[in-house]
Amino acid sequence: MAEFFAMGGYGFYVWTSYGLAAAVILGLIGLSARALARVRAEVKALEGGDNP
Amino acid sequence: MWHYANPKTFLDTASRFEPWLWGLASFLIAGGLYAAFFLAPIDYQQKDSVRIMYVHVPSAWMSMFIYGVMAVASIVGFAFKHPLADVAAKAAAPIGAAFTFVCLVTGSLWGRPMWGTYWEWDARITSVFVLFLLYLGYIALWRAIEDPTRAAKAAAILCLVGVINIPIIRFSVDWWNTLHQPASVFRLDGPTIHPSMLWPLLVMGLGFTVLSFALLLLRMRTEVLERRLRALRLRAGGG
Repeated sequence: MAEFFAMGGYGFYVWTSYGLAAAVILGLIGLSARALARVRAEVKALEGGDNP
Repeated sequence: MWHYANPKTFLDTASRFEPWLWGLASFLIAGGLYAAFFLAPIDYQQKDSVRIMYVHVPSAWMSMFIYGVMAVASIVGFAFKHPLADVAAKAAAPIGAAFTFVCLVTGSLWGRPMWGTYWEWDARITSVFVLFLLYLGYIALWRAIEDPTRAAKAAAILCLVGVINIPIIRFSVDWWNTLHQPASVFRLDGPTIHPSMLWPLLVMGLGFTVLSFALLLLRMRTEVLERRLRALRLRAGGG
């Protein structure tokens, strides 16, 4: 297990790469989903809730 | 194509497809990651650092592919005045910017142990950095112009001028002497990378592509609703 995380001595580079990639991509998904939820709620409030 | 110009039709169709796209993307990326870490062999020279490839290369593909999507959407919006095309181009930009950023950072983290440097202003790295700046400029332009029709037009022009950078990125490794290695997957004479490394790479690439489309649909729905909200507020007289 420890050997797997060590990545033959390249652990820092490999895990930082994947960690940052995950953070950026999941972060954008999270921000986008929140923006959709917000605008949807605002439209609903103005229209009286009959739309998706 | 005009069928979906109706916002209601688009919203309904997109909401119906999206969960499937998210599911498929998760499945492909999970499989790709498993293959990248447990099935793909280590490189005889690069050892385990080669595993960075499975996130770096698909991100690089997406950085250019999404720019292509934006360019096509810009042309359609410009020439045919299809309202969803502008929405698509605008919604795609942050996704492209994110993947370009991931590409640059992972490349940097791969370059340090392999080339001995995090950054070098060589042709490939510089042209991808320019791509990142193009995305940021494009996003900034949309934010700077309030009227969506005018913003779409200005942004489309910027996007289409920037298209020149795509072949520069693609061929930078052939035209100039760079630290970066030449293409090993999409070549006229076929891939030179070993199949055991190629297929996890392609699975990750497909996963990133499906993920991008899922996220694009989600962001397009947001933008369509945003425009409806603006119209509702104008009608209400609130400004």
